[in-house]
Amino acid sequence: MNPPIVIIGAGQAGLQVAESLRAEGWAEDIVLLGDEQHPPYHRPPLSKAYLLGEASAEQLTMRGPDALARKNITLRTGIQIQNIDRLNKTLHFSHGSSLPYHLLAIATGARPRQLPLPGGDVQGVHSLRTLDDCLRIGIELETAERVVVIGGGFIGLEFAAVARKKGKQVTVIEAGDRLMARAVSPFISDWYTRLHAGHGVKLCFNTVISTVDAKNGHVSSISLTDGTSHAADLVVLGIGVIANDGLAAESGLAVDRGVVVDACGRTADPAVFACGDCTATRQAGQGLRRLESVQNAVEQGKAVAAAMLGKEKPFVATPWFWSDQYDAKLQMVGTSSDFDTQVIRGEPDEGKFSVFYFRLGRLIGIDSINRPQDHMLGRKLLDRGLSPTQQQVTDEAFALNSLLA
Amino acid sequence: MPQVTFIEPSGNEVQIDVTNGWSLMQAATSNGVEGMEAECGGSCACATCHCYVEDHQDKLSPAAETELEMLENVASERRPNSRLACQIKMSNELAGMVVRLPATQV
Repeated sequence: MNPPIVIIGAGQAGLQVAESLRAEGWAEDIVLLGDEQHPPYHRPPLSKAYLLGEASAEQLTMRGPDALARKNITLRTGIQIQNIDRLNKTLHFSHGSSLPYHLLAIATGARPRQLPLPGGDVQGVHSLRTLDDCLRIGIELETAERVVVIGGGFIGLEFAAVARKKGKQVTVIEAGDRLMARAVSPFISDWYTRLHAGHGVKLCFNTVISTVDAKNGHVSSISLTDGTSHAADLVVLGIGVIANDGLAAESGLAVDRGVVVDACGRTADPAVFACGDCTATRQAGQGLRRLESVQNAVEQGKAVAAAMLGKEKPFVATPWFWSDQYDAKLQMVGTSSDFDTQVIRGEPDEGKFSVFYFRLGRLIGIDSINRPQDHMLGRKLLDRGLSPTQQQVTDEAFALNSLLA
Repeated sequence: MPQVTFIEPSGNEVQIDVTNGWSLMQAATSNGVEGMEAECGGSCACATCHCYVEDHQDKLSPAAETELEMLENVASERRPNSRLACQIKMSNELAGMVVRLPATQV
């Protein structure tokens, strides 16, 4: 009997590989190894519905043990990997045993960046990444009154919105000069600054944390480099993630802020693939692309499963993301990082609009707030290389979907 | 617990007991029903939990504007009984309902 296909990581990407292998017709053994104790679960609702109490941990389950067993996918949770022995195609576990593989998928995800400070490990300071993180945050959020969020990105702002909805006093600390700067344009950043300020969030820009002050081992306040100090019962970090590429690197595979793969998730080792948040994708003539998103996990997962069976199904779709804060649904597709012209469709003052970004007269991306039809349409337009004119975007009477016909 | 029948794209029927308050998406995905992608995990952001509600439609709360806009762009044919399963919360009134999954979600 052949050794199984083994997948390290039971998150969105790892599960996708396993299920896509079955969908592609692979009938032999598949082993899915998770380091957490939980079966695969949806991570995006953690910072939203879960902490608001609108969804329980059970409701976040992507596939329960029975569902996986029916597909003959062996799930092993709580597994820590010591190393990958690529020469002998064998994984060694931290608790001593080992597991040979026929093919290997690395889907180890990413871990939250920690505070590079003494005091960052006192009680009451949390990253927000896993279900267990949120179990802890949820308990402390019940009694906390003053919440400080470090980082004005998606995770930090989603949590800030949750904390405000729960009536907490909330301060957001952002090192840069605007919110979500890595993902959206200044126009959208400014709209969100007003949204959060309007909900009573205090926003501090252009400053970073200098010390975490504690009383009896629990955070009491944080001090910033601008000289201010902010009382805190609960501090949540949203300062980015680092790809879990250590196992790959130690096994001699190329890493560059992520396991380096091609568009099909292949590494230089024909028996080893990688997908999801742990990867950096080599793009023809454009260097490496790092995406941290559900779409990337799903699409790379499908690509890896196909590639393992010798098929080419590269992930080439236009990147998209979303973020829910208060009643604003932000959906992004393409890029806004190097536009020369922005065109607004809809009414920003009514909280229902999209910003279309153009470069050299062609559409390169759309950020939509409570305009899902613009977003969904934009995905199709960009995937097909189509572009409306700027005038068509401005004209609400013009049906953009007629461009797809 | 109220029961829901999901008809997978293959025609296979799966009966699932659904806890009140759970969405049809949560019930289907956690039980591994085929034909439900639900990439966004229930945020009404991806339109990959599209389903056709075959009966009990009069007992459903109507789709909100966001859901209707997402439904305009589903991958399979949109029909009058198209809904996003993440937006349908289970209740005793919906016991016995039948939900058909489309051929593709992407």
